[in-house]
Amino acid sequence: MTSDEARLASGWRRSSWTRNLLLAGGPVVGAVLASMLLLWLLGRDPIEFYRNVVQSGLLSTFGLQESINRAGPLLVISAGLVLAFKANIWHLGIDGCFLLGAVLAAGVGPLLYQHMFNPLLLIILGLLGAIAGALWSAPPAYLKAKYQVNEIVTTLIMTSTGVLFAQFLVKAVFQDPVSKAAAQTRVLPMDERLPRLFGTRIHLGVVIGLVVVLGAHYFITRTPVGMRLQIMGANIRAARHFGFNTDRLGYLSFYLGGALFGLAGALSIIGDWGVVGEGWNPAWGFLVVPLVFLARKNALSSIIFVAAFSVLSIGGELATRRAGLPNDFQLVILGLVLLFMTISEWLYAAHERNTAHLTKHRKQAGSEGEVGLGKDTSVTDTLVRDA
Amino acid sequence: MSDLISASFLTAVFVSMLSYGIPVLLAAIGQTIDQRAGVLDIGVEGTMLIGCYVGFAAAYEFDSIWIGFLAAAVAGAVVSLVVIVLHIRLRLDVVVIGIATVILAQGTTSVLFNVQYASKYPRLGAPLRVAIPWLSEIPVIGPAVFNAHPVMYGTLILALVVAWMLKSTRFGLNLRAAGDSPEALDRSGVSVLGTRAAAHGFAGAMAGLAGGYMVLVSAGVFVPLMVNGAGFVALMVTMLARGRMALVGIGSLLFGGALALVTALQLAGINIPSDLIQLLPFAMLILVLFTFSGRAGLPPYLARPYERGAR
Repeated sequence: MTSDEARLASGWRRSSWTRNLLLAGGPVVGAVLASMLLLWLLGRDPIEFYRNVVQSGLLSTFGLQESINRAGPLLVISAGLVLAFKANIWHLGIDGCFLLGAVLAAGVGPLLYQHMFNPLLLIILGLLGAIAGALWSAPPAYLKAKYQVNEIVTTLIMTSTGVLFAQFLVKAVFQDPVSKAAAQTRVLPMDERLPRLFGTRIHLGVVIGLVVVLGAHYFITRTPVGMRLQIMGANIRAARHFGFNTDRLGYLSFYLGGALFGLAGALSIIGDWGVVGEGWNPAWGFLVVPLVFLARKNALSSIIFVAAFSVLSIGGELATRRAGLPNDFQLVILGLVLLFMTISEWLYAAHERNTAHLTKHRKQAGSEGEVGLGKDTSVTDTLVRDA
Repeated sequence: MSDLISASFLTAVFVSMLSYGIPVLLAAIGQTIDQRAGVLDIGVEGTMLIGCYVGFAAAYEFDSIWIGFLAAAVAGAVVSLVVIVLHIRLRLDVVVIGIATVILAQGTTSVLFNVQYASKYPRLGAPLRVAIPWLSEIPVIGPAVFNAHPVMYGTLILALVVAWMLKSTRFGLNLRAAGDSPEALDRSGVSVLGTRAAAHGFAGAMAGLAGGYMVLVSAGVFVPLMVNGAGFVALMVTMLARGRMALVGIGSLLFGGALALVTALQLAGINIPSDLIQLLPFAMLILVLFTFSGRAGLPPYLARPYERGAR
């Protein structure tokens, strides 16, 4: 048996396993190493930095609970991104929708809570955020469906507009009359926020996030409409040929994405903050995008990356402060992840081309063809299939 | 109120309109060439930010605004290599690379500024002003438009040159062919990749210059994340103008004008929340889109890498 035949006989499953592991893990490891090099060049202790990240984001009880809370809204955002990206809708207007959802929840919540019992109030606030996010996605959706205007740029414009409009709402509409020093909304009292679980600081937000991610995954992979969205994302001409109404599917994807971004904003308020102050904008949108790419647009695998990022996000606050760096250092790490990811995609595609005679056989054996950012298989997918 | 609408007040509004509008115009000139050649550069926001930082650092260290401009343009061209290699040559997704560029640029400039200058917050000297004789004596407009930094005059001249180049030269035709019909360009013996690389290198240098103008002439200080969406606006203006330089110019200056209005109303003491006015130019863009999008005219091969023989 030649070595080629041996590799064939060992089956395509394992190679697709290692492939996915390498394509997802490689960029992360590369980015961590590159950022350590950067830290060293800046005269900081790279080992100390990452020890601080893990120590305060994962190993300390307080930090772990904060990380878990942080993951809630991020999971909802990533579910929204999956629903958009799978349909090949590049909805990048995350921060605008998020902030509008957050401001509405923080603005309306404190006005309503005395007239209403708790679960209903929180449901209304979540819905309000979702509706705001969906409405804010309507102009790009319309422009795309009607005139094929590129949605990347329109959603970016909508996000700038949304952030400014949300700031305006804080100052002009929902301004707390008591606090004169800095503009902020009224505060939603602690008792009215999401319930904490088992006497810890962890609140229901992470559960909601997980449910939304599972729901999004089920919707996109197991329902007819979800299938149609995927087909449209893979090949819009084929989708039209099948007779799908691609305009309507496009609207759906925009609205679902936007609604989840808005819901994430509301969740962030009714879970963690309870108030929106002047100039508050966590700008998580562009940070979750790389995570979803890394998860190959698969909602289930994005859980892993969101969890890792939550730890980095919470632990990074202390680690960057101790290293005397701005919190924006996290942007460097995530940017590196994204850059290394595109490069590893290319390396893998080049490898595939060089072993073209093998690929042919493997295709017969049932493997997926070449990998590209458009094709979605993931570590978790393989896990599920092999189980 | 009446003495607020004085000549000097209006001049200040014009000055502020140009200081916001010219960087957008600089970037948009580059983007026009880039998009005509079929490259969609989401990363322009990040390239501008790097231009800001490098321009600022060079101007501060060498104590010369001209060296600052040079360094900003070179930095922009260097950043453009990322897209040239990864997208144009290796055919990777330009949108992902663009987002990576933006995130990386935001993180790196913010960290570097914090490490090097945060304790001092240095300010650059006032930029050079060159008054054009006769014209600068026109009331109101004269002191604003004809008594400005030489790079501003250069920008306006460059816009005309680029418009002429795109329309009437062989190279301009090649550029448009690279976006409209790369296969035809390839068959006529001109390298598609080379043409696109040249276009994108120019666009990168222009984005760097735009950042340089922002920090060296308009602001005088570097603030992390100071580009604040201007790059995306340049991208949008270019898409709307569909290659027509007159529209690029009008769009950029309108955007600058809307931002200048913020300053003007604040100076006039009119108490409208500044967010609402800052939002105006963006809302305007969306409205313009709703009105004029019927005649979409983007190059059909925009953001699609070229591979010989591929279908």
